[in-house]
Amino acid sequence: MSWVGNAIVAVLLVAGVFIWMRARRNRLWREAMAALARRRRFALIILGLYVAVGMLDAVSWVGGGGVQGVAASEARSVIDRIFKPSVFREKSYSAPFASAEFVGGAALTFPGRHVLGTDILGDDVLYKTLKGIKVALLIGGLTCLVLIPLALLFGVSAGYFGGRIDDVVFFVMSTLASIPNLLLLIALIMALGKGTLQVCFALGITGWVGLSRLTRAETLKLRELEYVQAARALGVSHPTIVLRHILPNLSHLVIITFALLFTGLVLSETILAYLGIGLDGSWGRMIDQARNELSRDPVIWWTIAAASAALFILVLCVNLIADALRDILDPRTLRERA
Amino acid sequence: MNGQLLGVEDLTVTFPARGGRTPVVDGISLTVAPGEVLALVGESGCGKSMTALAILRLIAKPGRIEPGSRIVFEGREVLGLKVTQMRALRGAGIAMIFQEPMASLNPVQTVGNQVIEALRLHERVGRAAARDRAAAIFERVGIPDPRGRLDAYPHQLSGGLKQRVMIAMMLVMRPRLLIADEPTTALDVTVQAQILALLRELQNELDMAVLLITHDFGVVNELADRVAVMYGGRIAEQGTRAEVLGAPRHPYTQGLLRSIPSLAHRGGDLEEIKGTVPSLGSWPAGCRFATRCPKVFEPCDGQVPQTVSLSETHHAACHDVARDQPE
Amino acid sequence: MNTTAPNAASPSAASKPLLKVEGLKTWFPVRSGVLQRVDRWIRAVDGVDLDIPQGQTLALVGESGCGKTTVGRSILRLEHARAGRVLYKDTDLLALSRAAMRPYRQAIQIVFQDPTSSLDPRMTVRDAIAEGLRSFNICASTAERTERVAELMTMVRLDPDHMWRYPHEFSGGQKQRICIARALAVEPKLLICDESVSALDVSIQAQILNLLGELQKKLGLTYLFITHDLGVVGHIADRVAVMYLGQIVETGDVSEIFETPKHPYTKALLGSVPRLDLDQRGSLASAPGDPPDPANPPPGCRFHTRCPEVFAPCAETPPALIEADGRLCRCHLYDSAINR
Repeated sequence: MSWVGNAIVAVLLVAGVFIWMRARRNRLWREAMAALARRRRFALIILGLYVAVGMLDAVSWVGGGGVQGVAASEARSVIDRIFKPSVFREKSYSAPFASAEFVGGAALTFPGRHVLGTDILGDDVLYKTLKGIKVALLIGGLTCLVLIPLALLFGVSAGYFGGRIDDVVFFVMSTLASIPNLLLLIALIMALGKGTLQVCFALGITGWVGLSRLTRAETLKLRELEYVQAARALGVSHPTIVLRHILPNLSHLVIITFALLFTGLVLSETILAYLGIGLDGSWGRMIDQARNELSRDPVIWWTIAAASAALFILVLCVNLIADALRDILDPRTLRERA
Repeated sequence: MNGQLLGVEDLTVTFPARGGRTPVVDGISLTVAPGEVLALVGESGCGKSMTALAILRLIAKPGRIEPGSRIVFEGREVLGLKVTQMRALRGAGIAMIFQEPMASLNPVQTVGNQVIEALRLHERVGRAAARDRAAAIFERVGIPDPRGRLDAYPHQLSGGLKQRVMIAMMLVMRPRLLIADEPTTALDVTVQAQILALLRELQNELDMAVLLITHDFGVVNELADRVAVMYGGRIAEQGTRAEVLGAPRHPYTQGLLRSIPSLAHRGGDLEEIKGTVPSLGSWPAGCRFATRCPKVFEPCDGQVPQTVSLSETHHAACHDVARDQPE
Repeated sequence: MNTTAPNAASPSAASKPLLKVEGLKTWFPVRSGVLQRVDRWIRAVDGVDLDIPQGQTLALVGESGCGKTTVGRSILRLEHARAGRVLYKDTDLLALSRAAMRPYRQAIQIVFQDPTSSLDPRMTVRDAIAEGLRSFNICASTAERTERVAELMTMVRLDPDHMWRYPHEFSGGQKQRICIARALAVEPKLLICDESVSALDVSIQAQILNLLGELQKKLGLTYLFITHDLGVVGHIADRVAVMYLGQIVETGDVSEIFETPKHPYTKALLGSVPRLDLDQRGSLASAPGDPPDPANPPPGCRFHTRCPEVFAPCAETPPALIEADGRLCRCHLYDSAINR
């Protein structure tokens, strides 16, 4: 299924360029991006590196170079090709930069070359950590792709049209909110299966309520503003008003919530991994599998440290960026920048 | 400044802006005698509210009162007071009422409790006695059913009643100086008339001085003894009510008075002051009004106009007025 | 105080009314309880009749809560009126379907009070002004629209080069001009100004009032000017209708009403405006108390609880709008049938 990953990367790149070009034409967005680049240069660079690694891991193809342990029809990504996991491995644990096995002290095949050591199966921990980036980005990104349109659809229609539609949406929201999230999630995953797509879908379905409430409240406020009334007086139709006036003025909310949701989702996957329904290759899985290692003597700390550090850095960067975005995109600061 | 209740000299308040700090209030000087009403008039952005906040030292960071400013109240240097002394001064010596009473009243406390709290902060009274005092004050400010209203919440009261509650809270402490920042702007005109009458009564009764901040010359005419007109953080003209409203000399005051649509003048074009108020930070050098003044001439662009005395009480800061004054 | 013969109700019979409002009622429901039943109604507009002659300015005056803003919005169907007719050139706008109403929206436009919330902060000024042009397909192309926007901006004395800027880069007065340009883009016949100068400084207010006067002469516009500021009314209006708690209490020529107000509320309103005259000080009239709750209007005449001239029938019978000396007045004092 290598074409799926390749297709996604292609679509993302094209979409990214498209959004970039549209945003550049709008002065407000240009100024916002410039302000963000100024204030969070470091976080943006690190996030960029993460995204780059994730993309490199998503692009995969079959063939090229006879590497032992690899089937001829197996698609391998760029990261796979760099690290050659079937070769670059040991028999079992080894500490970072060690030259001898952790247990027993036998000599390693690649002494001093494992930057973050190896895990119980001998796989290079750095390799596994990097592979986890794609999974994390998938969880955050794909889920939001389901979640955000759903939340907007429900929230904006409830807020804008009010009346019966609002009652129905409110009912659905309250019902969903009153079912314990985790239980619903587990039930959905059990029903749909444990694949990446299914888990993301389940997370999306259970997670839209919060954003929906926000957009509903904001839409209620926006609907009463005089420029919306003026648009109605000018004969503009309801769908056009929503597209032209409501959604753009919700964009700051959506972007900030997306950033926060993203990290929340990645962290929730960790919990799912704890319960055994995490995604293959995710940091959650690594942490779960490393649970027992901490109680050993001497302690095996590098797998859990690597996964946690990678997770922490991603969450921190996204949060810092979201925080800066909140200030930059706030409509009130528009006036101050004038 | 002797014998004056309040003396302000060279007050300058600055805020950070691109490339340094920019003055919102720029070296103004004024005095308020005991028992007198001084109206500080101007349009939005002229710095009048900032002046009031500066007198009570309520300017929040990043705003700053520049050194070189002097504020003297009853002979004491206000800017040199310690925090505890300042707190004692606020309310008892100088009180303030605001434009939006809803924003100044605690929405989760009954209005009676708020007045009683203010009372007990400054005097030693038991709860029952304080309640009686509060009811008496409510009656004095014209709140119908005063005892019943003690238990009302702010959202249950109309705008006029809320403003009366604010006045009651202020009254409790019998201040010597009341700073009223646009006290009737948010009220309907019939309610405004009632509140203005109330303020005048109280002012006479308590012999209280009032620094009235407003943009409405009608209100000025009703309440003020003396008037100071502000523009761009500076005082353009100052004098008695008769002088400023009857015979204004500064082109800004003249233009402003002529552009007010009043019941007396009908039809035709209103006189306009052309242009708009420059935004903060882009004030012209020299006279701030130069870009909009019909009488602008050579020195206006570069030189800050000095204050010219037209009489003992009437002053204007204008090059044109200075030119007309015989030396 | 006799009623005159009921003909020639509008003094200038030469000007046919462009807009006629008859018996307009807009009530807002107040719901309570678990089942959200309608408890009471806020009678914001409770039987309002207006006559706006072509080419003239009718001012609708009143204090906050009297319903004047709701009248303006009900005419445009931005609020849902419960009863009454709004006759624009003999067509009842309230009876039209939403689709049939659309072309009439070109004829009646509105300028709101707050220039800041009247403009979408994320739209350029050019797009804001062109919104009506797009909606009614007035221009054939984007370039044509841009040109028309430039014309409109010049007409309201703004620099067309600034059309690519955003609203926050303009001052309050300039933003209000943008709103006026936006309303004029669709070439309306009637412009409703809902407190359009109330949020502006006095010197800017004068500019905008002069601009509106100029535009009225140039484009032959008719204005419904909603305001609480009697000075503004005196300056630009030809006729005035005074509202109190959802009803019109007096209506007629501005100069007549200002010189000889009949209704006690009009007298109180005029009397409570502070004058600029040095000699007139300390003589402000007023109406005691506060305006009552629109959800619970007093029985009989709605003003009787605050009226200095109240007498017996006021608390029982609601007065009708009667003709008295060439104007309409809702007060028992002028009703010869009641007041003998």
